[in-house]
Amino acid sequence: MTRFVLGRLGGALLVLLVLSLAVYALFYVAPGDPARLACGERCNPAQIAQVREQLGLNDSVVVQYLHFLQGLLAGRDYSGGAAVLHCDAPCLGFSYQNDRQVTELLLERLPATFSLALGALVIWLVVGVGTGLLSALRRGGATERVLTVLTLAATGTPVFILGLLLLMAVCAYLQWLPFPTYVPFGEDAEQWAWNLLLPWITLGVFESAKYARITRSSTLETLAEDHIRTFRAYGVGERALVTRHAVRGAVAPVIALSAVDFGTMIGGAVLTESLFGIPGLGKTLIDGVRVVDLPVVVGVVLAIGTAVVIAGAVADLLYAVADRRVTLS
Amino acid sequence: MSDLLVDVRDLVVDFPVGGPGAYVRAVDGVSFTMGPGHALGIVGESGSGKSTVAAALLGLHRGTGTRLGGTVRVAGTDVGGASAAELRRLRGATAAMVFQDPLSSLDPYYAVGDQIAEVYRVHAAVSRRAARARAVSVLDRVGIPDAVRRSRARPHEFSGGMRQRALIAMALVCEPRLLIADEPTTALDVTVQAQILDLLHGLRREEGLGLLLVTHDVGVAAESVDELLVMRDGHAVERGPVAEVLAGPADPYTRALLAAVPRLDAPRKPRPSRETATTAAGVAGVAGGDGAEVPVVEALGLRREFGRGKRRVTAVGGVSLAVRAGETLGVVGESGSGKSTLGRMLVGLLEPSSGRVRHAGDEARGIPAGVQMVFQDPVSSLNPRRSVGESIADPLRAAGERDEAAIRARALALLERVGLEPGHYDRYPHEFSGGQRQRVGIARALAPRPRLIVCDEPVSALDVTTQAQVTALLAELQQELGIALVFIAHDLAVVRQVSDRVAVMRSGEIVEEGPVDEVYDRPAHPYTRQLLDAVPVLDPELAAARRHRAVGPS
Repeated sequence: MTRFVLGRLGGALLVLLVLSLAVYALFYVAPGDPARLACGERCNPAQIAQVREQLGLNDSVVVQYLHFLQGLLAGRDYSGGAAVLHCDAPCLGFSYQNDRQVTELLLERLPATFSLALGALVIWLVVGVGTGLLSALRRGGATERVLTVLTLAATGTPVFILGLLLLMAVCAYLQWLPFPTYVPFGEDAEQWAWNLLLPWITLGVFESAKYARITRSSTLETLAEDHIRTFRAYGVGERALVTRHAVRGAVAPVIALSAVDFGTMIGGAVLTESLFGIPGLGKTLIDGVRVVDLPVVVGVVLAIGTAVVIAGAVADLLYAVADRRVTLS
Repeated sequence: MSDLLVDVRDLVVDFPVGGPGAYVRAVDGVSFTMGPGHALGIVGESGSGKSTVAAALLGLHRGTGTRLGGTVRVAGTDVGGASAAELRRLRGATAAMVFQDPLSSLDPYYAVGDQIAEVYRVHAAVSRRAARARAVSVLDRVGIPDAVRRSRARPHEFSGGMRQRALIAMALVCEPRLLIADEPTTALDVTVQAQILDLLHGLRREEGLGLLLVTHDVGVAAESVDELLVMRDGHAVERGPVAEVLAGPADPYTRALLAAVPRLDAPRKPRPSRETATTAAGVAGVAGGDGAEVPVVEALGLRREFGRGKRRVTAVGGVSLAVRAGETLGVVGESGSGKSTLGRMLVGLLEPSSGRVRHAGDEARGIPAGVQMVFQDPVSSLNPRRSVGESIADPLRAAGERDEAAIRARALALLERVGLEPGHYDRYPHEFSGGQRQRVGIARALAPRPRLIVCDEPVSALDVTTQAQVTALLAELQQELGIALVFIAHDLAVVRQVSDRVAVMRSGEIVEEGPVDEVYDRPAHPYTRQLLDAVPVLDPELAAARRHRAVGPS
């Protein structure tokens, strides 16, 4: 167990190192001079040279990358002329836009994204898995056909269409809710939930369709297995067969996929975040890309990578708990 | 009539196939009855409809689109007309079924004891705790040691024999009047099989259970039942007391079936090859020693371990052997004895941890040309998306043959040689029966003109009559082409039939090795004797006597 955790940790660090190398290369393939970008539109050549010196852009590529790693692990100082800017570990540099530390920026944006992903996770686990189970239980009946149509419809509706429709119906037409604005959980938990309700539903319903399909098919697959026949031959009823025995077959794929989806959602719910104006990581990434704010882009990508890697490790752990035949090694 | 435990009249079962209204008849007008406490064996080859009859007794075809005709009554309940609730009451409480594969027949996610308790609670209004206690007591009854602790284990933590015991415990938990056992010992080793059969026998005697035993193995039935029903193509061809059917089969099919069963007590057909020459050479028959030629394959101190650290298991621990041209070495042993691992090392599919394999005197790396393998499962060892002709041609291409016309000609000739038609070249594996597929497997092995073929359980997935045909083909080919054969099998009777010499393996080591007649008639090692004793015999009286002897002293 301990060995598994340590092993996974080592693997995760390796993945992140490779990822950091890859995104760091972005600085050099991205068009434009980083110093000019960092300095701003109205800089004269002398100022640009000063910024270049301050950011260490005159060093060789390898030295720059090592400095970047050093910043991540131990923090670093940017000294240019008189001013010395200190950046604590984990240091990802300063945003070109507002000279704020990227780390600080990420920490500020993370709770919103996390709130969004968590709510969506709850919805797809309840609605998605529930729908899948129900259609497995009622296979061949009218219920299943209706559910299949609904699932298909949800799969085929892009997130931004669903979100827009919800906004229009609930906020504009029916006026049940005000247009959502993000309220941090720490400030007002109730408002936090009310304002995130629509984004949760939007994202959750979209994902639920996928989970309904997986749950249904893996449950049906398990229902065809020999041990189900055994219990049927011993007089166990259909409902108990599905809810007690067949559902176990669906647990593993749902766990594995949920963890990955949750991880990706930390950085990937861009459309939903933009649509509902949630100040999350996805929105930060898009904004950063738009203005070529390289340190921010690198920071967000690293953060997303970390989330996915952690989610994967958690999935493996849960997998072993769900199925005792799996041994961690 | 109501005192009959089972009353089946004119049972007809049609399975739906493909399009609407299309059916295939699996059981065609079978009738039989069975009194309480009696034991009836239904024997037949695969596809004879025997398992379908067993499933029909519990109404397991309901809701699958299967069409049933005739009447089935079990303990007075009309299975065809019973309501869903009545049927559930019948299942498990009155008649309980033991399935073939004990691993896949239990839910892998729950503890064995919990699964048995669940079945008990379906039929008895008791608390969870009481059901659990009951589960432990039946596990104890079927001979699971330390039942309290073991009841908390999951199926994968049990051995094959223990799993089958657990399934029997599940069948017993509601004290049914009828036990339906569908191939209960087919997945088990011969010694474990003997234990399970003894257990079933004891349960019958002590609990007054009726037993309906479905099996392809006439020997298993001979040991366990009073009456025999022989099925073929959905019909009952013969029925009568077991001793009478076995001693004087009336139907020609029954006669053919019995004749095909490999036996330990029948005189052995003399093998045409050079038994005497190889006996003298023995294991250490290395080139030069007594002027004999170099063995086709020679293993020297072969070891193979799997896993690392604490999990390290020795699958094969220091095995030496030699096989000469035209000779068959049989390797017998129970599952886990390392016989398949040994076979894979001989052909080079697996690197030995230590020790050497010499082919015709040369030490080879990788898979040497001239060494081929025939695998156990003829279904999964052929690529389903490749025509059988292509499959046979593959090893030729692998050997470097480039002339397509020559390849095709050779494949066609091989198809004919193994008893198939050249016209089968473009057909796909699913269009063939199990026996035909194994012929394709043999043709594929013959393609590159090997000196040695290692057959890993080549006939254990086949019916007895097909088994006899395939072993005969192998013997014929060997005589004609002078190939050396290594024949790996768990079935001692089959090995006796086909081998010149036999090696008995246990826990990765050869415990006894020698000419077939010597090992079978005068086994030197106690383990060999134990194995031989466990083989079912086709004589109910002998079986009863042996059981009495085994039970007697205790």
